[in-house]
Amino acid sequence: MTDVAVDISNVTKMYGSFTALKDVSLAIQDNEFFTLLGPSGCGKTTLLRTIAGFEDITKGAIRLYGDNIADLPPNKRPVNTVFQQYALFPHMNVTDNVKFGLLRLGQDEATASARVGEVLELVQLTQFADRLPSQLSGGQQQRVALARALAPNPKVLLLDEPLSALDLKLRQAVRLELQQIQHETGITFIFVTHDQEEALTMSDRIAVIADGRLQQVGSAREIYEAPSNKFVADFIGETNLIDVTVTDISNGNATCTLPSGATFTCPAADGAQKGAGHLSVRPERVAMTKPAKSLLQGKASRQIYLGTDMHVEVTLDDQEVVTVRVQNSETTHIPSIGETVGLNFEAGAARLLVD
Amino acid sequence: MAGALTTSKASNNSTYAGLGNLLMLPSWLVIGFFLVLPVGMMLIYSFLTKEFRGGIIWEFSLAAYDQFFFDRGLFGDDPARIEWTYIKIFWRSIWQAGVATFFCLLIGFPTAWFIATRTGNSRSIWLFLITIPYWVNLLIRTISMKFLIRDTGPLNEFLISTGIISDPIHIINTNFAVQLGLFYSYLPFMVLPIYASVERYNFALSEAAADLYASRITTLRQIILPTVKPGIIAGCILVFVPSLGAFLAPDLLGGAKTFMIGSLIEEQFKGNAGNWPFGAAVSMILLSMVLIVLTYYARQQSKSGER
Repeated sequence: MTDVAVDISNVTKMYGSFTALKDVSLAIQDNEFFTLLGPSGCGKTTLLRTIAGFEDITKGAIRLYGDNIADLPPNKRPVNTVFQQYALFPHMNVTDNVKFGLLRLGQDEATASARVGEVLELVQLTQFADRLPSQLSGGQQQRVALARALAPNPKVLLLDEPLSALDLKLRQAVRLELQQIQHETGITFIFVTHDQEEALTMSDRIAVIADGRLQQVGSAREIYEAPSNKFVADFIGETNLIDVTVTDISNGNATCTLPSGATFTCPAADGAQKGAGHLSVRPERVAMTKPAKSLLQGKASRQIYLGTDMHVEVTLDDQEVVTVRVQNSETTHIPSIGETVGLNFEAGAARLLVD
Repeated sequence: MAGALTTSKASNNSTYAGLGNLLMLPSWLVIGFFLVLPVGMMLIYSFLTKEFRGGIIWEFSLAAYDQFFFDRGLFGDDPARIEWTYIKIFWRSIWQAGVATFFCLLIGFPTAWFIATRTGNSRSIWLFLITIPYWVNLLIRTISMKFLIRDTGPLNEFLISTGIISDPIHIINTNFAVQLGLFYSYLPFMVLPIYASVERYNFALSEAAADLYASRITTLRQIILPTVKPGIIAGCILVFVPSLGAFLAPDLLGGAKTFMIGSLIEEQFKGNAGNWPFGAAVSMILLSMVLIVLTYYARQQSKSGER
């Protein structure tokens, strides 16, 4: 047995002439909370469905703990899915929904019932065992869907945007619960979402997907702090993309000229090239100083109140806008509109991106 | 629920209550004139005395029901024995209607499934094709069927010319011919309600079943059929009930041995030899049987609704 739970190699999926997945290769580790993140229509759900077996792949291979499962029908794959709209069987009560998969696996009534009791306890639904799905709230239905998928003890659990139908408060509570269940059961979770906050808070590793292509794979911190390209930097969190001219790249560091004419050296993403490029700097990593000792200069043009924080938009001389995040407190100086300010950031806070 | 609340509030207000009754008037007139009045008349007629040249004499009598259930000999003075003739006709009708319903379901379900799983435009085209034959009068269609299947009809001629058979298959005037006629007459009544259920079916449920290790056949039996059951039951009722009382198909395609309730009733009212009270009584017995079936169905439905 290897440490790789799901090995996706060179998977391509075509719908007619439309390419939904383009040469995707990905190794998901055993006992990992792995998230597929991307905007809607990017192919993340398609990728999940190819693992579940609902979509066949045009090219490539999918291995589950070493076995190629690409040609198996969904009912022969030892993975289970939590569906986006839960897809609970409306004519069966909670117990029968959860028991369904166990009976199909040939478990006898007593064994299956015992397992149902176990899983319902895990998701805290024991007292709702006899209810029909229509008699449950959205959050409860979601937990039935989870229990039903966990009951057969799958090697890998696939979750297709399971929280998107819940309201904010509930979503936050269920996130923690899901993480905890993943730790307790030790099952590999593959979680699909378009919500970056969900991805960042829950995942061991994240794969960012756009236009059917894998953009970057890494931990939440890696993806947030060291995005490999413009799409990832822009999609995960907020960032400032500053136009620069790259004059030199060596040892993973880039030397570039800022719009103000200042020269600046910072880490560069793999594959970054000389010439016109973009620096990514997160708003919270930009500091406002006196204009004289700064990398960039501009005028404060807008203030956006965010509660604990405040966004100040600074319009540079070349009309580019840089957003600065400052904490709302009595000691911080917040420039008024029209005030000239200087902007500074550390070399470690900036990163030259691949366009 | 909300609608019911609003209505009860509105009816507390006298102005709206008056208007409400007024607006209900057309419905009451239709129900009264086309349902209560004719059925009431039949109910009363079934308890009256027959006039020998057709029609009725206004004199209470149980003779019609007595004739249905009991045999009292040629002169009516023998000890009463159970009369099997009409019960047999009823039994045959139930059987014929049941067989027709079964085959409608067998063909109708896959058809409805096929149509409901087509996309947009082609779906409407298929539905349209299903309904086209029903723009032609039922009598014409039944007679066409008769020409198609008779001993010298196109079906037999084709089979003989291809050498599959040497002598024509005798279909006309058999039970099978009647079942075929009923099947053909009422097939869309099976297809359309099932189509409506399947169209609402959430195909993610099939995926969920497959994900939980169910084979295709298990998915069909345990997930799809129970979810589209209301459509199937509605279709079966819509085929079974009119088949039970049909008289065109048995009349035109069947013979003396395939006599059904519809023809029995028809005979009592046509011509001078008729027996109106007896025809009315047979109608009432048929009606009560259908009502028993429908009530049972309604009970089942409300039970599953309560769960």
